[in-house]
Amino acid sequence: MAKIKLSTERCKGCFLCMSVCPKGAISPAGVLGEKGYEIIKVDEEKCIQCGSCFRMCPDYVFEIE
Amino acid sequence: MKCIVPNGVNTEAHIGWCPGCGHGIVCRLVAEAAQELGIEEKIIMVEDVACGEFAQNVLKYNSVGAAHGRPIITAAGVKRVRPDAVVIAHPGDGSAYSIGMESTIHCALRNENILALVVNNSVFGMTGGQMSPETLPGMKTTSSPAGRDPEKNGNPFDVTKTLAQFDIAYLARGAVDSPANVIKTGKMIKKALQKQLNGEGFCLVEVLSPCPTNWNKTPVDALKFMKEQQEKYFELGEFVDKGGK
Repeated sequence: MAKIKLSTERCKGCFLCMSVCPKGAISPAGVLGEKGYEIIKVDEEKCIQCGSCFRMCPDYVFEIE
Repeated sequence: MKCIVPNGVNTEAHIGWCPGCGHGIVCRLVAEAAQELGIEEKIIMVEDVACGEFAQNVLKYNSVGAAHGRPIITAAGVKRVRPDAVVIAHPGDGSAYSIGMESTIHCALRNENILALVVNNSVFGMTGGQMSPETLPGMKTTSSPAGRDPEKNGNPFDVTKTLAQFDIAYLARGAVDSPANVIKTGKMIKKALQKQLNGEGFCLVEVLSPCPTNWNKTPVDALKFMKEQQEKYFELGEFVDKGGK
């Protein structure tokens, strides 16, 4: 089964992924990442591995295998 | 569906752009196109002294740092001494259409066999968000605090109306405002690189990109601004697509 891999140490909290996710699976995690921005978390139950977040992320946080 | 960051992107590097900047997406598209065409070893990027300069850290390819406004003309020189290389100039809109306007026009007139990948964010980003030739009418910037007045400052420059009359190989405009447009833009970049490999001539791909910091918007609102205003003024699509010589 396909899996989503997050590298949230690169996340800058722009939330572009959240705005394009068709299933609303991405939400703010409520904690600060390594760069000092609020990072995101993914609800893997809702995720359909469409790759929208991978395409919109400017910081290469997402990888779907 | 597999979505893996391409080999050409150095994810360990310092990615220096502001949150929500489109440059990161453009670099990934270049790396993806290069990987698909198998030309990663041959690429020479010519970066501008502006926000595009961070691509030197992010992309693993050989690169040349050009003076501000001169990446397109420098790329033409690099291509002439290294005809086997695939040369990509990576300027912004202020660089390509204001300071480097003459090199853009003359490279197109000479039909130099390079790809000019212009990232259009409608402001001079690195210097603090001053008005550029691509700033939309009424848009507030640090050097036009009351909004751009077309009577005083003229109308924004549309590259597709100017260079479309020239004898060049490829002219297209994409955007990075939605996953669908990102995929389309990636295809344009790949097509332009293929044309350079075929020796067809000058290719210019303009990519509309958000600049949330200098537009004083959140990254998500910046995408909305792109869809509602920037793309109304700057039409997306392919404008010139000529075959071989």
